[in-house]
Amino acid sequence: MTGGRTRARYQLAIEALVTTTPQGRNAGYGLMPEHQRICELCIEIKSLAEIAALMRMPLGVARVMVGDMAESGLIAVQQPGSAEGKPDLALLERVLLGLRNL
Amino acid sequence: MDFATSSAGYAAPAPSGPTTSVKIVVAGGFGVGKTTFVGAVSEISPLTTEAVMTAASDGIDDLSKVPDKTTTTVAMDFGRVSLDRELILYLFGTPGQNRFWFMWDDLTRGAIGAVVLVDTRRLADCFAAIDYFEDAGLPYIIAVNCFDGVLSHEMDDVREALSVQADVPIVTCDARSRESTKLTLIRLVEHAMSRFAAMR
Repeated sequence: MTGGRTRARYQLAIEALVTTTPQGRNAGYGLMPEHQRICELCIEIKSLAEIAALMRMPLGVARVMVGDMAESGLIAVQQPGSAEGKPDLALLERVLLGLRNL
Repeated sequence: MDFATSSAGYAAPAPSGPTTSVKIVVAGGFGVGKTTFVGAVSEISPLTTEAVMTAASDGIDDLSKVPDKTTTTVAMDFGRVSLDRELILYLFGTPGQNRFWFMWDDLTRGAIGAVVLVDTRRLADCFAAIDYFEDAGLPYIIAVNCFDGVLSHEMDDVREALSVQADVPIVTCDARSRESTKLTLIRLVEHAMSRFAAMR
């Protein structure tokens, strides 16, 4: 499934968001079954952790697979705003507002 | 193949900007109520994701050459909260057994901060988590889980027993209550913001 690799070429955050691209939606049945299922799952946005959980695969395997699929253009990955350190103040304010409005 | 016209029901990405995610870590000893806490506020039933660790994994690619290798599966429960149309908060419970540190870097990288859930009957269970967050410089608060609303220690006693600094908030919470977990998360974000302001 991962071509023997266990380490993704770039480190996706566990909360990185994944969305199926138009190319992924249209790829249909030529794909590996796992890729096809991930394309179906991520028509509605999902995190890497959700993909691993819903696909019942270890996080490391899902990370490699998602990285490969992003390179092939089947899915788009949105790394969290805070991937390179701490969330900034504007983002924290948005989180606070969102929590208060729950 | 083109499904675009036939699948009008799919959730199209928000047009005004990419959806962003943030995360908060929920730590604490085994059985303290982490998954209950996550489930109380999550919009989905908590999911479980697993990571596989081998006992002697560093620098060894071919595990067949390691006769005594043991693999351990570490499970983490997590939940999801949509905060606005383009912002999703993920809550990750740490693995119950504190020895699985290899997962913690993944969990804490880029996190807003951590809630350390504490059971006053087993205070020592959270020492390792507190040490980790102190070392990592991650903002955290202590949330004393009050089962049945009974608080068996004064907050000052808890602070002293855990030897956390005066600026680390200590709150009480009921991990089963959505309102209580929400307030706990708000307190953490406020704390993270004040830490942010203090560093500027």
